[in-house]
Amino acid sequence: MAEEVAEKDNVEEKEPLFSKKNRKLLTDPLDDDNPITVQVLGICSALAITVQVQQAIIMALSVVFVMIGGNLIISLMRNIIPNRIRIIVQLVVIASLVILVDQILKAFVYDISKALSVFVGLIITNCIIMGRLEAFALGNKPWPSILDAVGNAAGYGWILIAVAVVREFFGSGAISFPGVGQLQIIPQGFYEFGYMNNNMMILPPMALVTVGIIIWIQRSKNTKLIED
Amino acid sequence: MQDLVNIFVKSIFVDNMIFAYFLGMCSYLAVSKTVNTGVGLGAAVIFVLGITVPINYLLENYVLKEGALTWISDDFASVDLSFLSFIMFIAVIASMVQLVEMIVEKFAPALYGALGIFLPLIAVNCSILGGSLFMQERQYASIAEATSFGLGSGVGWFLAIVAIAAIREKIRYSDVPAPLRGLGITFIITGLMGIAFMSFMGIEL
Repeated sequence: MAEEVAEKDNVEEKEPLFSKKNRKLLTDPLDDDNPITVQVLGICSALAITVQVQQAIIMALSVVFVMIGGNLIISLMRNIIPNRIRIIVQLVVIASLVILVDQILKAFVYDISKALSVFVGLIITNCIIMGRLEAFALGNKPWPSILDAVGNAAGYGWILIAVAVVREFFGSGAISFPGVGQLQIIPQGFYEFGYMNNNMMILPPMALVTVGIIIWIQRSKNTKLIED
Repeated sequence: MQDLVNIFVKSIFVDNMIFAYFLGMCSYLAVSKTVNTGVGLGAAVIFVLGITVPINYLLENYVLKEGALTWISDDFASVDLSFLSFIMFIAVIASMVQLVEMIVEKFAPALYGALGIFLPLIAVNCSILGGSLFMQERQYASIAEATSFGLGSGVGWFLAIVAIAAIREKIRYSDVPAPLRGLGITFIITGLMGIAFMSFMGIEL
C-alpha cells in the first residue's frame, strides 16, 4: 500500500494535477464504478484467495503494483503500439511484471506464495488489468493512467479484503496480517460455552455468496446501480 | 487407459474450473445471459484448452523444467527456466488462439460464425492459463494425461456456463429483490451450485 500512499501525496503537492476530473478517476472505482461489483472484472482471483486476510492483502498489493506498472508502460507506449498486435504487447508487459512479483513473493514470503499457488500467475489474465489497459491506458496520458490504476486497484483491493475479513472472522474466528500471523478475535471463553466456527465460510462457494451479499448491500445504498 | 478416464471425470466434476477454482469467472458472468451464447463460448473453451494444455505440457517438459533441456546436451542438466513459464504459456495461448481463429475461419466458416466473437475473448480467459498452470503444478506423467485433463476442464467449464445460463433465463420471471437483480443473484446461485458440486469432493478415482 506504500506505493499508493506515495502517489496520493504526490497528487496533493501538485494541485493542478489534482483536478476534479483526475479526482474522479481515483474515487469512482471505489464505489460507483467498482471493478468487481460493477464492472465485473477480476472475479477469479477475488474469490479464490479470500480465505485469509493476509493472502488477500498480499494479492491486493501485487495487483496494485502490476496495475500501476502496466498502465504506466502501456500509456507511455500507446502511440507506437500497432493496433493489431496490441493484445500480445499488453500480455507481454503484464506477464513480465507478474514474473517480477512472483519471484519477489517466492523470495520473501514463501509460505504465502505457496498458498496463493497459481493465482499469482493468473494476475496475467486478471481481466481488471487487461480491461483497464484496453479501456484507459491505450487512450490516455501517463498521469491519468496512473490515477486510474491506483483507483481501480484500490477498488479491487477493498472488496478483496472485505470478503476476506468476513470469511476469516466467521470461518476461523480470527484475522491474520502479513508478518503477524493469525490474531484470535473471538475469545476462547466463547468456545467453552459451545460457540463453533462456521466451517462453511472457509469453503470456496461461500466467497461467491459473500460477494453477492456485498453487491446487495452496495446496490441498496446506491440505487442507481440497480439493473433492469 | 483407465487413468485417462479418471483424470477426465475428475477434472469435470471434482476439480471443476468454475465451482472449485473460480477460473474464467469474468466471461462466465458476462456471457451467460442466454443459453446460446453460453454454448458458443463453452465450446470455444473446450477447444482451446484441449489444444493449449498439451502444447504447454511439451514446452514445460522439454524446455522450461529444470533439467528439461538434456535432450540437447547433458551440459544443460542444471538449467532451470521455469521462471519464464508465465510468459511462455501466455504467449503460446495468445498465438494459438490467433492461429485457431484463422484456421477455423478458413476451413470451417460455419463453426467460425458460431464461435467467431468468442475466440479472441478466450486469450484472456483465466481458465485457459489456469489449465496450463495447474498442469504444471500437478506434474502429469504423460502428454495423454495432460490432454485428458485439458479436455475435462473444458467440459466442466462448458457444463457450468450452460447450467447458469439456463437458470438465468428462467430467473428473469422471478421476483428477485431489486438490488440483488442481475449480478447479485447470479453470484449467490453460483455459490449454491458450488456447494452442490462439493458433494463430489472426496471421490477418489
